Amino acid sequence: MPTKAGTRAPSHQGLRRLLVAIPFFGAIGAAIRMDAVPTRAPTDVTHPGFVLDDETAAAGIHFVHHRPTFDAKIANIEPHVAALGASVSVADFDSDGWPDLYFTNSKFGEPNALYRNRGDGTFEDVAASAGLADLNRPGDGVSMGTVWGDFDNDGHEDVLVYRYGYLALFKNIDGHHFQDVTEAAGLHRWVNSNGAVWLDYDRDGLLDLYVTAYFRDDVDLWHLSTTRIMHNSFEFATNGGKNLMFHNLGNGKFEDVTDKLGVGSTRWTLAAAAADLNEDGWPDLYLANDYGPEELYINDHGRRFTLQTPGLESESKSGMAVALGDVFNRGHLDVFVTNISEKGYLFQNNNLRVNELTDAGQRRFHNVADPVVADAGWAWGAQFGDLNNDGTNELFVVNGFISDDPKTSYWYSMSKIAGANARLFEDAKTWPAFGHASLSGFEPSRVYLFRGLAGWTDVAKSVGVTDVSDGRAVAFADLSNRGVLDVIVANQNQAAILYRNRPDSSNHWIELALTGTRSNRSAIGAEVVLETSGMKQRRAVDGGMGFASQNDRRLHFGLGHTDWVDRIVIHWPSGTQQVVTNPAVDRIVAITEPKS
Amino acid sequence: MTDASALPRSSIPARWWQRTSVLDPRYLIAGLITLVLIVAQLRYHVVGGYERLVVALLTCTVTEALLSAFIRGRVVNLQSAYISGISLTLLLKPQGATLWPFVLGGFLAIASKYVLQYRGNHLWNPTNFAISCLLLAAPNRVSVLSHQWGNDLATNLVIWTFGLVIAARVRVLHLTLTYVASFLVLNSVRATLLHQPVLPEIAPITGPMYQLFVFFMITDPRTIVRERRWQIVVVVIIAIVEALIRLASDQGWPLPTAFNVGPAFLALAIVGPIAKAIDLSRSGATPRSAGRQATS
Repeated sequence: MPTKAGTRAPSHQGLRRLLVAIPFFGAIGAAIRMDAVPTRAPTDVTHPGFVLDDETAAAGIHFVHHRPTFDAKIANIEPHVAALGASVSVADFDSDGWPDLYFTNSKFGEPNALYRNRGDGTFEDVAASAGLADLNRPGDGVSMGTVWGDFDNDGHEDVLVYRYGYLALFKNIDGHHFQDVTEAAGLHRWVNSNGAVWLDYDRDGLLDLYVTAYFRDDVDLWHLSTTRIMHNSFEFATNGGKNLMFHNLGNGKFEDVTDKLGVGSTRWTLAAAAADLNEDGWPDLYLANDYGPEELYINDHGRRFTLQTPGLESESKSGMAVALGDVFNRGHLDVFVTNISEKGYLFQNNNLRVNELTDAGQRRFHNVADPVVADAGWAWGAQFGDLNNDGTNELFVVNGFISDDPKTSYWYSMSKIAGANARLFEDAKTWPAFGHASLSGFEPSRVYLFRGLAGWTDVAKSVGVTDVSDGRAVAFADLSNRGVLDVIVANQNQAAILYRNRPDSSNHWIELALTGTRSNRSAIGAEVVLETSGMKQRRAVDGGMGFASQNDRRLHFGLGHTDWVDRIVIHWPSGTQQVVTNPAVDRIVAITEPKS
Repeated sequence: MTDASALPRSSIPARWWQRTSVLDPRYLIAGLITLVLIVAQLRYHVVGGYERLVVALLTCTVTEALLSAFIRGRVVNLQSAYISGISLTLLLKPQGATLWPFVLGGFLAIASKYVLQYRGNHLWNPTNFAISCLLLAAPNRVSVLSHQWGNDLATNLVIWTFGLVIAARVRVLHLTLTYVASFLVLNSVRATLLHQPVLPEIAPITGPMYQLFVFFMITDPRTIVRERRWQIVVVVIIAIVEALIRLASDQGWPLPTAFNVGPAFLALAIVGPIAKAIDLSRSGATPRSAGRQATS
């Protein structure tokens, strides 16, 4: 009862406080409960519709990545700086119809491996005879990744190796041997790069090259003149290396057109993907930047790119990889960017961005990542693909940063330095010493299934993906030409893994092997919309996708129980649009671009 | 109220200083944290979604209004709840796009003032209680602001400058400076003892989490002890406990993650209420008048 001026007597207040104590302690209990319960009940993980078997050894793949060592001046954080370099790319380099695999190594003297697919489920390493093994040498740098593309349209897949060091372009001579044409091509540039993509930005039928840069190009990690080499912000850094765009002149030479096109971001880009995201017929660039917001460069008819931030600027994080895929079968390419999450310390959260650029009322991306898909640990490479051939994409995410002493974590040290002023941590020698600490190590990969209204579910364990290696790159390829996407993972400082996919056999599929004529012969940049039973699926031939990876050039579509396709619309990089009606299913269909 | 025209002729800062002396300190604190929010959001998009701000502010203010009406018989000034709501928005970083930490955090912050009392006074700074509670209870779903602030010198300088001026104005500057000095000394000593470089150990004080801590938590007039000299002693003890927590983390003690992530928050949450309770006990305080309330 109120006493005076609207206040209650102390005895009444005490009683009412006791009543408030009930929901108060209930709220504490609710927090504990929310922490303990899974973000979604795992009731539907038992029938994912596929199994992934680790058949690395059976396939004859024995590749082990070795991390680099650098100038002793940064020995205190060498595990951090040297935590990249494991990559895998897929290309049929010998044009025998079987996709081959190329893994990079990152230690001086350790060879890269080019695994030729024998077609019987096994592989042989032919890197040495092909001239693609010995690429990690003092003075040249160490490999960070590769992208394949037929830059001279001679029918053979060529390869660019990007390094912490000099770029290296190798021309495929005869399907068996490669020639270093870097100097002649005008690409002898020192770029501390972790990514590159082939794209034909001006639609002239020649593959151009976009190379991302991480450390500045005046940084030689083996001969440092300064230890002030680190980022100047953990989320808004702009002092990284300058990304580069090289225009293919068609005579075996490339021209640096970075400034002309306005694509020289210095935001510590880790990954790039190219696709026609706004569907205006010109390939755009999407960048995942470490220590900064993602960037979208919209292609203005091949004349220039315009930096746009349609909903991207408010979630500035640590972008590691860009994967493009039609998540909801709307006929548009959506974007998944991996980030860092470490329980208790940091939730930067992965971004699953629905592409609404073509929606006149929106013209932006809309982040729809739920807690399941948002938190994949310290996530690196990711790929979309229909692993169970049911007609919708799954999402494979590899993760884990540094697995060393499992009893020692660097996260406490990281929390000290990460919140500090930039002037402190920009200098590598300021960082607490790593020693043998782990940093988000031993994390299990994620295999996400989309269950419609039920959202995303991680089915990694139930499909057999149980490794806790430090995954960096993941690529999808139909290694046995059986209408199934297999999974190849490159792990940092650890052995690579080949997961052989065994989906339910009742589902149908179709794969498209595209060959450009007016477009680049690799058909990189071609986008296909498959329509069946009122459903649309869009796929793109990538010139590099995910993190330090590139997928099978052939486009794979699962069809579920539908055993027909109404039509296929192919948007060739040249601008040509081709329609194929009622193609045969359960087979690989070869399609050549019309010449007129 | 003072008539501004009657003020002696002086410089603009001096006149501002004199004018603000008549203001309720809570308005200055509210103004400062609003400035922090605006700067951080415009420059760094630190909020991570305006729905977080709306939910936190609504939860805090509605809870304050309801509980004060229910317990005291009248709705109190909601400025304290406003400060708590913004503080939680800035500090809480949840997994994914979940909003429940802002709901529970807001409720716990405000309700703690009404439930956890001793001699009519609440013991915890509301935001500090909510943050510490969520870090301990839900470490798999909640973390706190760390480096989402750009690590930028200019922005930090703006906030430090305004913060120090306002701290002086509301007469809590000695708390801020004592804590900062204690932090620097103690963690330099700790680094020396551990044979580690000093800079990484004192680096956290330059970050945003500590800006919020030294200007909005440790200076809360409602939860600090009364005498100035004891206030300084308590702040030094808080810094010592924090240093000990960090030392334990350095040694790899299996502490809950909350202690590694927010040692300052936990140190205040441990020391603050004990000091306040002793202070109240010594002074024989009676329940405070209904017209007074917490600052943040």
